Amino acid sequence: MAVCGESGDTTQFSEYIAKNVHLYKMKNDYELSPRASANFTRRMLADSLRSRERYNVNLLMAGYDEVEKKAELYYMDYLASMMELPYCAHGYGSYFVLGCLDAYYKPDMSVANGYELLKRCIAEISKRFSINLPTFSVKLIDKDGIHDQEPIHARQLVI
Amino acid sequence: MGSAKYDRAITVFSPDGHLFQVEYAQEAVKKGSTAVGVRGKTCVVLGVEKKSVAKLQEERTVRKICLLDNHVVMAFAGLTADARILINRARVECQSHKLTVEDPVTLEYITRYIAELKQRYTQSNGRRPFGISCLIGGFDFDGTPRLYQTEPSGTFHEWKANATGRSAKTVREFLEKYYSPEETDTEEKTVKLAIRALLEVVQSGGKNLELAIMRHGQPLQMMDVERIDEYVKEVEKEKEEEAEKKKKK
Repeated sequence: MAVCGESGDTTQFSEYIAKNVHLYKMKNDYELSPRASANFTRRMLADSLRSRERYNVNLLMAGYDEVEKKAELYYMDYLASMMELPYCAHGYGSYFVLGCLDAYYKPDMSVANGYELLKRCIAEISKRFSINLPTFSVKLIDKDGIHDQEPIHARQLVI
Repeated sequence: MGSAKYDRAITVFSPDGHLFQVEYAQEAVKKGSTAVGVRGKTCVVLGVEKKSVAKLQEERTVRKICLLDNHVVMAFAGLTADARILINRARVECQSHKLTVEDPVTLEYITRYIAELKQRYTQSNGRRPFGISCLIGGFDFDGTPRLYQTEPSGTFHEWKANATGRSAKTVREFLEKYYSPEETDTEEKTVKLAIRALLEVVQSGGKNLELAIMRHGQPLQMMDVERIDEYVKEVEKEKEEEAEKKKKK
């Protein structure tokens, strides 16, 4: 899960979800599927929305479904709207990045091509966005779990 | 019998200082199937007697060894339904602890939590104590293996090896005789000791035992029936050899 939004809320909310997903595994001997986890997270966000203090977090949740044998990506915002998407982005940078993704995304991209597409998006942000976002950490999620990838540094990219 | 007047509401002491409901709970534990725990140098082994299942019953739904967290495992003797409640509360507490302090629970912490929960039920009106004795084993964050036992009264102690449930006394006496740091310095020896202890009171055969091994930094391993059978055969062979030696003397 990648979170952005109100500082503090982000950590609190993401850790709460992570521990609850783990508790489910302990209690029921099997893991929640990505779809179930995403829906659970959305429910938590929705409940908090109409309560005393809402969680001001936007997030992207990625997972690999062992049963369906496919990877899934969920987009969720602080109003608890959720969508399963092939590509998505949060934040002001998303205005620039979504066009890039629209143009260059293909459903059957390889890992290397996907990484290149990420680089392209970050190059776009570093060129067009007024705030300097120098470094991006990257994680790959596949059937073997979560793997750290080489971080992307904006200044090393060819624009 | 004087005790009959003092065992209805358990908040009442009897004239000679007994809490009869707690003692009756301990009797319920003695009726449950045996559970044994042995703390080795590199692993903690928990073994339970598997009660024979009815012909039409699905075997895998009878679970007496439960994982509380990645590094904590529990076996119990007594009322299974009571155990389910305690296990659920303990599992939530394990995650809650991680959420608030970023660290996994220590064995002592979670044992204390379970024991406090049990004690609360011995001091409230209208509630009866939990009729189970738990053996909680696992590894602390620093790699130390630990084994604890809790009673229905809410007391808990750390043990090197212990048993609870039916014929626990026999098994404990066996362990007192044969447990030593040398006998448990490898995983194989520890497992063998646990199986030998259980075989004192359980019918021989891999089908009647369930064994779990907890190693530091690794997920819980439930031993499969074939392996248990192998160990049982080895143990029986050793017993026979010992008996032969004694005869010759």
